[in-house]
Amino acid sequence: MNSHEEILCDADGLGLILDRLARDILDAYGKDVPLRLVGIRSRGVPIAERLATRIQAVTGRPVPIGAIDVTLYRDDINTSPRWPVLLGTEIGFPVEGEQIILVDDVLYTGRTARAALNVLLDLGRPARVRLLAAVDRGHRELPIQADFAGMHVRTTRDDRILVQITPADPVDRIVLLRAPGHQPRSV
Amino acid sequence: MAPSPKPPANVRWTHKHLLGLEDLSREEITAILDTADSFYEVSKRDRKKVPALTGRVVFNLFFENSTRTRTSFDLAAKRLSADTQDFTASVSSLSKGETFIDTAKNIEAMGADFMVVRHPTPGAPHLLARNVQSSIINAGDGSHEHPTQGLLDLMTIRRKKGKIEGLTVALVGDISHSRVARSNIWGLLKLGAKVILCGPPTLVPKRFEAMGCEVAYHLDEVLPRVDVVNVLRIQFERAAGGSFPSIAEYSHFYGMTQERVNRAKPDLLLLAPGPINRGVELTPEVADGPNSAILDQVTNGLAVRMAVLYLLSGRKDAPALTTE
Repeated sequence: MNSHEEILCDADGLGLILDRLARDILDAYGKDVPLRLVGIRSRGVPIAERLATRIQAVTGRPVPIGAIDVTLYRDDINTSPRWPVLLGTEIGFPVEGEQIILVDDVLYTGRTARAALNVLLDLGRPARVRLLAAVDRGHRELPIQADFAGMHVRTTRDDRILVQITPADPVDRIVLLRAPGHQPRSV
Repeated sequence: MAPSPKPPANVRWTHKHLLGLEDLSREEITAILDTADSFYEVSKRDRKKVPALTGRVVFNLFFENSTRTRTSFDLAAKRLSADTQDFTASVSSLSKGETFIDTAKNIEAMGADFMVVRHPTPGAPHLLARNVQSSIINAGDGSHEHPTQGLLDLMTIRRKKGKIEGLTVALVGDISHSRVARSNIWGLLKLGAKVILCGPPTLVPKRFEAMGCEVAYHLDEVLPRVDVVNVLRIQFERAAGGSFPSIAEYSHFYGMTQERVNRAKPDLLLLAPGPINRGVELTPEVADGPNSAILDQVTNGLAVRMAVLYLLSGRKDAPALTTE
């Protein structure tokens, strides 16, 4: 399979996207509301860390970060031939009554976000949960939308989007791997 | 507290059954322990349940008495949202003459995805694995293996000491009748620990040296150089009581007393698979003292059994074992 690789943004571009997302969050909540960021493993966690640094630079308060592993809550877990290794859910703060932003790299069918919501609700009853995605690529299969999206990309179902971010990846960038012989049809 | 950056582990899990630690590689044992660490977090939640095994059926087939292991498997399955069913041999058709395999085939016909089997005969779970399609988990077969106990001991050592490789672990007491000893020996050696077996010569046969263990008869001589002591129960029900002159004498030479703990390394980790004969293998003050991780073992046992159920359910369409 030859897939055509298209760089949607480089390190500077990703930095600008994260700058804007942090501003959008501060606009929506103000500087005085204590926030909690929860990244969906694996790429959601480093994105949440970058955002937390930017928000703290403005508010002067550290933003606690958690990590969610949705594996045990996936709706396709019984159909996969071999089960993935668990990376673990680590949320070191109570979620009860808190303002939480779920952070993921790519929003696609919405099934991962659904699973992450179930993990979060099993841990307590947050005051409000919002969803942030670095890339929204469409093709939703559940009624879930991002409250904050870094960029919208037109894709086909066979395309792949890679959000690469240090230290998980060697470089910061967003890449679209086009499936061969397909033209983008819808968002 | 920031979440730990975790490298993407890449272990292929291909087993349908868990029959013993002898069958597993170092990497596979490590994969179970890593998975169990994730389930430990679930055990600490207020709502201790995840939907991963929704709709699966776990049968407990216990042909020997057990409280801890059966309860632990039952709870582990429930925390994964599986349905559980107990099968008690004494009140079943086995007492009317039905064979072991026929019983298992009937349970399979009821849709059992897993059978957790404890049996006094070594190899009984292996026999089932060759005759039914369900995943078989050995919960203790005679004096052969008790793999989940071995795994929870490994998990407890790893969580308390931060590693297993390079540690010196003494298994003290009735080695010859102990399935816990065999599972511990396989697991510890594969993960790079040094294993010392210590007890009366009648209960610690020299042949264990062939597995790569050191055999010792004097606890006081080995104690200063060990990092972990795992105190095994005297198996009176397997006629171990005839292997030494008196309980008092056994206790005098091999019982873990506070005085012995004081002469060991200060960070000595003390394990006991339970049930313990208080005052025989170890004194109450040691069992409840700061070096003891006996209750951690029980907590970790749940996480290990959740991990095993989770990993084994990944290949439900694999064919039954055709060879041992």
